[in-house]
Amino acid sequence: MISVNQLLGVSLAYVAFLFAIAFFAERASIRGKGSWLRSPMVYTLSLSIYCTAWTFYGAVGYAARSGMEFVTIYLGPSLVMIGWWWVLRKLVRIGRAQRATSVADLISARYGKSNLLAIVVTVMAVIGVTPYIALQLQSVTLSLSIFSEPGQPDSLSQAAAAFWVAVGLVLFTVLFGTRNLNANERHDGVVIAIAVEAVVKLVALLAVGVFVVWGVAGGIGPMMERIDNSTIGEWSMDRSRWAALTVLSAAAFLALPRMFQVMVVENEDERHLQIASWAFPLYLMLMSLFVVPIAVIGLDILPAGSNPDLFVLTVPLAEGQGGLATLSFLGGFSSATSMVIVATLALSTMVSNHVVMPVWLSTQGTGAQVSGDVRNVVILARRASILMIIFFGYVYYRLSGGGAALAAIGLISFVGVAQFLPAMLGGIFWRGATRWGALAGLIVGFAVWVFCSLLPSFGPDAVLSAAVFEQGIGGVSWLRPQALFGIEGIDPTVHAMVWSLSLNLAVFVAVSLATFPTPLERLQGAQFVNIFDHSTQARGWDAALATSEDLMIMAQRILGPADALSLFRAEAKRQGLTGHLPEPTQGFLQTLERELSGSVGSATAHAMISQLVGGTSVSVEDLMAVADESAQILEYSNRLEAKSAELSRTARQLREANQKLTALSVQKDAFLGQISHELRTPMTSIRSFSEILRDTDTLDQAEKTKYASIIHGETIRLTRLLDDLLDLSVLENGQVSLNLENGNLNDVIAQAVLSAGGAHTTRLRIHHMQSDQDVPLSTDLDRLRQVFINLITNAQKYCVAATPELTVEILQQGGGLQVVFHDNGVPIPSEARALIFEKFSRINDKDGSGAGLGLAICREIMTRLGGDITYEPRADGNAFIVHLPGRVALAAQ
Amino acid sequence: MGKHVLLVEDEINIIEAMQFLLSREGWDVDTHSDGATAVDKVRAMKPDLVVLDYMLPGKNGIDILSELRADPEFARLPILMLTARGQGRDREQAEKAGVSRFMTKPFSNTEVMTAVRDLVQLAQ
Repeated sequence: MISVNQLLGVSLAYVAFLFAIAFFAERASIRGKGSWLRSPMVYTLSLSIYCTAWTFYGAVGYAARSGMEFVTIYLGPSLVMIGWWWVLRKLVRIGRAQRATSVADLISARYGKSNLLAIVVTVMAVIGVTPYIALQLQSVTLSLSIFSEPGQPDSLSQAAAAFWVAVGLVLFTVLFGTRNLNANERHDGVVIAIAVEAVVKLVALLAVGVFVVWGVAGGIGPMMERIDNSTIGEWSMDRSRWAALTVLSAAAFLALPRMFQVMVVENEDERHLQIASWAFPLYLMLMSLFVVPIAVIGLDILPAGSNPDLFVLTVPLAEGQGGLATLSFLGGFSSATSMVIVATLALSTMVSNHVVMPVWLSTQGTGAQVSGDVRNVVILARRASILMIIFFGYVYYRLSGGGAALAAIGLISFVGVAQFLPAMLGGIFWRGATRWGALAGLIVGFAVWVFCSLLPSFGPDAVLSAAVFEQGIGGVSWLRPQALFGIEGIDPTVHAMVWSLSLNLAVFVAVSLATFPTPLERLQGAQFVNIFDHSTQARGWDAALATSEDLMIMAQRILGPADALSLFRAEAKRQGLTGHLPEPTQGFLQTLERELSGSVGSATAHAMISQLVGGTSVSVEDLMAVADESAQILEYSNRLEAKSAELSRTARQLREANQKLTALSVQKDAFLGQISHELRTPMTSIRSFSEILRDTDTLDQAEKTKYASIIHGETIRLTRLLDDLLDLSVLENGQVSLNLENGNLNDVIAQAVLSAGGAHTTRLRIHHMQSDQDVPLSTDLDRLRQVFINLITNAQKYCVAATPELTVEILQQGGGLQVVFHDNGVPIPSEARALIFEKFSRINDKDGSGAGLGLAICREIMTRLGGDITYEPRADGNAFIVHLPGRVALAAQ
Repeated sequence: MGKHVLLVEDEINIIEAMQFLLSREGWDVDTHSDGATAVDKVRAMKPDLVVLDYMLPGKNGIDILSELRADPEFARLPILMLTARGQGRDREQAEKAGVSRFMTKPFSNTEVMTAVRDLVQLAQ
């Protein structure tokens, strides 16, 4: 038989061994040779702090009491790991991106860096985890008591043992966890030590299991038979309890501060999750493999009334396997210590960052005005926190009397920390979650847990009187801790869990919906929920407002002079500056905030830097990020705007088209009216005079001749009108085919003069200024001639000078030619000039012989020929200028 | 008869024809070719009948008609309007403006003179 003293010696040696490993690991890490420390295997093994003494000892006890139900405790985490890419990956990504140092830090960061929330989470975590720490103390104490020989009782009283174990754990944790402070809050030494402990506890449990199956039962076959025959095989399963416990263990796996520490804070590489996703469930499976056999054999061979929680130790002892029992003890010891160390570390970070430091800083003034080295304060705060937390555990252990079964205590803790889950998951999946929602949910859930689970765990009359259990608070029957709202007959754990979590969730959602997030909350919400869309941290500082010296002073206070100096030097060097003061760029401020948050938490670090940067906690970048968050809304509104713009554009186009159509219709009406007028007017004269000629016998010859001439003239006018209309119609529709010929411009003008009746046949005298040399051209000569004739006949008709004259002249203009028809008549009134080339426009048409189509036809022809016709008033008359393009002239040259 | 008619028309050949037809029946014919001053001419002359062309330089027949009808003195003056535009809408407009008779060119001499006689009879 091994004495307690031997056992203590072995334990101390084991601790010394762990400490050495941790020490060397840290040293290797500092020297940059620690990459092996951060392998996926180490990560997976560090996750095994989930398996505490409760798992190591308690699972067997659980199995002995409740059969296969213990599996739920492994099932929840396994499901979380297998579905890692859904929740866990996001959690790790966010935790790393936000440099979250704890659950409290993460939740506070998500809800706008609210320190109030951080404090609430911290307090709840401490209270929630305290029973768990007590559980570890209890297990170590219990296991030690097994070894105390019956002959010498109280060689080490249980209470004293618990006390010394607590003291040992405090020392252990302080030594391991607070040797130094760094920005990322990682502990290489601790992680490697708990990885080793993970191996030890697995090996110990497997060794006991192998011994039980093959050494006691005599092989797998006989073992199976014994299991079948035992009561464990008979117990039926309570479905609601199974589902509830699976959910609960999954929730606790995500929300436990120590799990967050190893899973997120100590995570080196997100890809490690991928391996852990199968390796950790495998580890859990191995841990649970021999639980039932050990329980069955324990129930079989040990006297009735033996504590099944200690079968792992008592079965080897009963079989005389002192060595195996010692190994088993070390396994349980490992489970307990690793849990306490990491949990205490995680909690002390929370307490010092979110409670002690803000309080201390507020008493010291803020920002750069802090005097002294903050580092010592931080380390002191951490150490005090560790002491306090383990002390709480010890007090709880003493108060609860160590009476309750291990598993029951563990479940109380689980329900407590599971209260973080709505705020956590809501925060990473729901942008509508607000600070007040999270706070209200947490407080309500926690209160229900305290009332329904924590206080009853001390037993009737310890804190809550038996009357409260029976009749509810103040005799209100629906306020009974194990039958809330009068619903009875539910298992107390399931009862507490269902009520606390569902009320927590309901209040969280309701208050979130009823409150409005602050800008910082909105932006953090966007960062969390859309973590996979943001490649970098979008939030930053408006750097221009901070001076490097202020930052340096503050950093020295918190990081220590040497670390701060090296940080600033490195940045200055990176920026290509000499000395130790870098430009306070945004990137540097972010780095600094990250470094500081390792020491004082993100909310405090953010607050400190924002003091220096000018008190603005929302920078331009913040606003950009908020804008990014509302990008969807903006985009939607932009789409609406575009749509409305498009609609109004379409409406405008329709309106314009309508106006055009109306204008066209008016034009068409006017045109038809004009044509009708032009046709009917001569026809009126013709009809009237022909009737006069027919019906009047008394007409003399002169009258007859006169009226006949009028009829004749009007028919000619009609014919010409029809010709012009047809001509114009053909020209306007572009149906005219040009008949290109080579010719000489002088010849064309001469022919036109001749066609118009010759230079001397009318009163108008025409001066054709022949140019010296030939002006060859290639165009439709007939059409060009038609234009010239039109212009000449117009001059004949409308030039009203005493001696009307028309000068026709060819001018070279640039590459082209101009033919100017210059008369000495009265200039066209300025208001009419714009219209002279329009159809049916007539000026001073005394005899009514013109339909007003001549110039319109001229313009159409010149357009077809690639030229133009313009009008210029002259001091002594009018000038019509026919422009011929260069190619018409050049083509023939 | 010695009755006065004012012929407001800008086409010389139509003036010639109408003058011939009206004077043959004993009308004292005055002619006027400018739309803009036509109303003044009517005021000055106070004719027994106006033969009014629709399309006139300066002011169209409808406007002249409306202006005359607005004056109580000429509210019942017989006005025969002649138009070569030949569009249905013009007739409506003219009737609304208070025309006594509306005819489309070309007209038969008998028709137009019957209309003139009717109008004078109606006015008496």
